[in-house]
Formats: sequence, structure tokens, C-alpha cells
Amino acid sequence: MAERSATHGRNVSREFLEERAKFVRLETVRLTKIAGAGHYSSTFSAAELLACLYYGQLRINPAQPDWADRDRFVLSKGHIAIGLYPILADLGYFDPKLLDDYTRLGSPFGDHPDMKKIPGCDFSSGSLGHGLSVCLGMALAARPQKRDFRVYCMLGDGELNEGQVWEAAMAAGHFGVQNLVAIVDANRLQIDGATADIMGVEPIHERFAAFGWDVQRIDGHDIDAVLGAFDTLPSGTTGRPQMIVADTIKGRGVQMMELSLNWHVGNLVGRDYDAVIEEIKAGLKPVAATEVRP
Amino acid sequence: MSNEEGAALSGLFTGISDLKESRSVKGTPASRLPAFVLGEELGDMADRDPRVIVMTADLASANRTTEFRDRHPERFFDFGIAEKNMITAASGMASAGMVPYAATFAAFCAILCTEQIRTDCAYTNLPVRVLGHHSGMSMGFYGTSHHALEDIAMMRTIAGLTVVCTTDANHLRAVLRSSLDHPGAMYIRMGRGRDPEVYAEVPDITIGRAIRLREGSDLTIIATGAQVHAALEAANTLVEDGIQTRVVDMHTIKPLDEAEIRAAAAETGAILTVEEHNIIGGLGSAVAEVLVECERVPFRRHGMPDEFALIGPPAGLYAHYRLDAPGVTAVARELLGRG
Repeated sequence: MAERSATHGRNVSREFLEERAKFVRLETVRLTKIAGAGHYSSTFSAAELLACLYYGQLRINPAQPDWADRDRFVLSKGHIAIGLYPILADLGYFDPKLLDDYTRLGSPFGDHPDMKKIPGCDFSSGSLGHGLSVCLGMALAARPQKRDFRVYCMLGDGELNEGQVWEAAMAAGHFGVQNLVAIVDANRLQIDGATADIMGVEPIHERFAAFGWDVQRIDGHDIDAVLGAFDTLPSGTTGRPQMIVADTIKGRGVQMMELSLNWHVGNLVGRDYDAVIEEIKAGLKPVAATEVRP
Repeated sequence: MSNEEGAALSGLFTGISDLKESRSVKGTPASRLPAFVLGEELGDMADRDPRVIVMTADLASANRTTEFRDRHPERFFDFGIAEKNMITAASGMASAGMVPYAATFAAFCAILCTEQIRTDCAYTNLPVRVLGHHSGMSMGFYGTSHHALEDIAMMRTIAGLTVVCTTDANHLRAVLRSSLDHPGAMYIRMGRGRDPEVYAEVPDITIGRAIRLREGSDLTIIATGAQVHAALEAANTLVEDGIQTRVVDMHTIKPLDEAEIRAAAAETGAILTVEEHNIIGGLGSAVAEVLVECERVPFRRHGMPDEFALIGPPAGLYAHYRLDAPGVTAVARELLGRG
């Protein structure tokens, strides 16, 4: 069995992870400009989570993307692949220059990720509700192979509307798949409005607990809290599946987008583009909105 | 056939093991029927290959994967009545190095889970083997909810997905063995598990290559699945009319053996396709797509008309829709103007 320590180590500082989250947001803005449209706000809500996972937690080796003992990460909310690609490039899975043709004809990189074309992408996604089942299968596959890798799955809170999520949640509890770690980016919005208004999913933590999961609920923009949640994950493949409900703000990091329904898909141009770049570079300001805005 | 016999033959009784000693179908002993070899063959494969995983969705007793479960409990997963989760989880397993065989009624894998098969198994090009048993209308009076007369059409439009229909028990064994190292995802369509014997021994098959079972110059019947048996019986009867019939087991629907179809068009006088599937989109459509680009011959697609089946036991339905040997014989005569 492989050592359970992140390849990139937990020696990374909070400041470094904040910088990487900033990098995710900046690249999201840059790549969206290339494509002409992109998922800004649901990527921004997950920026700290993605940074903490890839730079502080996952047991991976970019020089060996198919390493059998690696931890897996499945982006079930595949529409934020735009935030994942820059991390994979930064870690060395592929040449960052490839992203300059993001979504152009023949590019490996679409709005939703394709595992066949992208080194480091553990599974294709895009159709919401599938990822937790994928991860369940991956995590179960560790047993007959006597491996101890973990499988991390990131879902959106709106995604929890999908019935298949609950089939997988039930089965994960039933099979006692302890090496399965689900993270819900609970950013409170889905396309048509507040998740609470469109199809209520709360209390997420109680629902998963009732399905047999160990559940933590944290501030998904607080890097210390995210790393702290990772630190409490148990080792071993059998026991209880692990859920981290991360309370986040959709659009976090760009105040005009925070909890705004207007920025699920968008395209910044002209002075707006330049202003947003500057705002992200300056770092997180206090949250601009506590309620959903039209 | 009585309804009781129909129920028994559909293989749903969990006490089906009692049938093993007492029933035979068209001279085929029960022990040589597909229902009784699936779990055994998969178990044998798992003995030799650590990648083999078997999954089902609360139907282990109907598809007899119970035998696999008893022999390899650590590699057997019953997902309960949650087929979409099972198919997608199979893709996750496959991505982590396993070769999962996920078995349930064709209605509940191919039809219910078409998107999971497309997006998670085929698009990813992973070695998931979806086993759709009790396909067609072999569930008889359980009705349309449990029939799969559309699955070939749905599966064969999915890019990169291999689609194979099994003919009998020995053919099922051959397909399973061939599937182990076959690239990409597969949909393996099985009948009700009580399909009469066509192959006395496990045939040497190549996925994508049809099997010519009988020579003839007047007509070619291209059949798939259990209809191959009916086609052979029909061919024997047609001899009495002076009609020499070639019979082709087109077990692989995709990739299709186009050369065998062209040969039939060039060398025999007419082509009849026979399948337990809606005539829209299945084997007949696939063959027609080839024929319109080559030599024209009298051609007819025979299968389920574009309607939902009546209620009835399987044998009654096959007779009604002319998918048994007398029915296929009659349709062949019509095609050749001898009706």
C-alpha cells in the first residue's frame, strides 16, 4: 500500500492555498473570455475547495496519472471543469499552453471534462447526479485489489435534486464505503433561483447522516476549516462514507456575482473584465450579499 | 401453454432450481439453458481473472448470478432496486481496473439506463459489460413495463458501444469469454434464459463476425438471439417447398458484419431479417442500411410491429407475432411469393 500523504504535501501554507484559489478564479475569467461564455460563479464557490484538495490533500503523482494507488477525484458538478483544468496544468499533467485554445474546435478541453483527453482527469462528467455513483464504484474497486486509495467526489447542492445521488448515497451507506469522501459545494443557488426555492435540499447534513454517512459541515471558503475537515477523515476502506458539506457563496470573490442569479453562465468584456481581474487579485473581501439576488 | 408454464419459463421463480432437473425446452436439457450457465461461466472466469466483478439489481435469483455470489462473494455486489446507480458504479469500477458484468432485465438496464450507458460507459470507453436478460417480450404477461423491444435500437446508436445478442447457452459462454478483453463497453443482450440449443458446443466466435449456420441459394435469413433457432427450424421446413435457405446468426449488431450481408445479397435471392425487437431500429434496420448501398434484393424485416405487445405467455406471443418457426416459415414464403 502507498503512503497516505499528499504528494504535494501538507507543508503548503494557508497563504499559498489562498493564492492557488485566486489562481483558479483568474484562470476561470481568462478561459471564459477565450470561449465566450463560462460558468463563473459556481467555479468561484469551489475555488478554495479545489485548491485545498489538489495542493493539500490528494495522494497523486502528476508524472504518473494512471498510478493505481492514487486518490481519485471526480468533479460531479462537471460544469466547473474550467476551474480544474488550470490546476491540472499547474501541477504538470499537461502543458498549460494547451489551455490557450480552451473550447476551440478540436481542443481537449470543453465546458465539461473528458477523461480520455485530459491527463489527470479521473472521470468524465457533465450530466449531474452521476458522479457519486462513479465514486462509489471506484471506492468499492479498492477492496478486491486490497488498495487503500480514497475517492473524492464534488457535488453541487442543486445537483442533489437528482435521484441517482440518493441511490448512491444509500448504497454507500449500505456497503460501508469509508474511502469515499463526498464534498457538497453548497453555494445555495441553482440556475432558476435559490436552491431553497427551486427544490429544497436542506438539511443536507441530516439527510446524509440518515443514509449512514459521517458528516461534517464547514465554511467552504475557510482554508483552515477545509484542511481541518480533511484531517479528521478516517483511514481504511470499510466503515462509514464521509461527507463534507461546505457552505459556500456562489460567485465568491467577485462581489457583483455573489449570490447573484445573473452569473451562472456569463462573459465579462471590456472594463468589466479588467475590473474583475483586479478585484480577484486583491483577494477576498467581506461577503457582499447574504441573500440571493436577482 | 398455460399461464403457469409461461411464468415458470420466464425464469422469475426464485425456486427455479427445482426446474433444473425437471424441465427441458425443445429437447435442450435445463442444465444447458442460458439461465443455468450465466453464474457458472462468470464464476469460472473469475477463478482465472481477478478483474471480474458481477453486479445485479435485486435479481440474482432470476439471472442466477447467485452461483457467482456463492463462489466469489467479495466480487459480487447486489445494488438493490437501483439500476442507474449500478450501471454508473460499474463504470467507476471499470475505471479502477475491474471488468464489471452488470446484469438485470434488459428493460431496466438498456432502456432505463440508456444515458448512464452512453455517458458513463461508452463515452468513457470503459470495459463495462451490461447484461440485459429477459429481452424482447420474453417476460410475456408481465407486460410492456418488463419488455425490451427497443433496446437494440437505443444501444446501437451509441458511439463506440459493442452490441451483441446471445443465441443460446453455449453461445453465451463464448460471448462472455470473448468479452473479457474486448475493448470498450458492451451491451450483451440475452433472452429469457431458456433459449433452446443451437450450438452443441461452445462456438469459436469473433465479435463482429456473423456465423453462417446453413447454406442456401434462394433466401438468406439473418436472425439474432433466440430467433436463430426459429430461423433454422424454418429453413428445414422450407426445404419441403424446394427453397434452399442460408441462415446467418448475426449475433453482433454493432459493429455489424457488413460483408456477410453483402454476400447474402450477391449470392442468394432474397433476405429476411428476424428479431425479437421492434422492426424500427433493430437488426432489420441495420441490415437495410447496408442493403440500400449495395445490390438490391427482395428484402423484408420481420420482428415486432410498431406496437406494444399483447398480454400472454411468451410462447403465445411468439406464435401471435409469427416469431416462432411456423411464423418465420410463413413470412419467408410470403417474401418469396410462395405464401
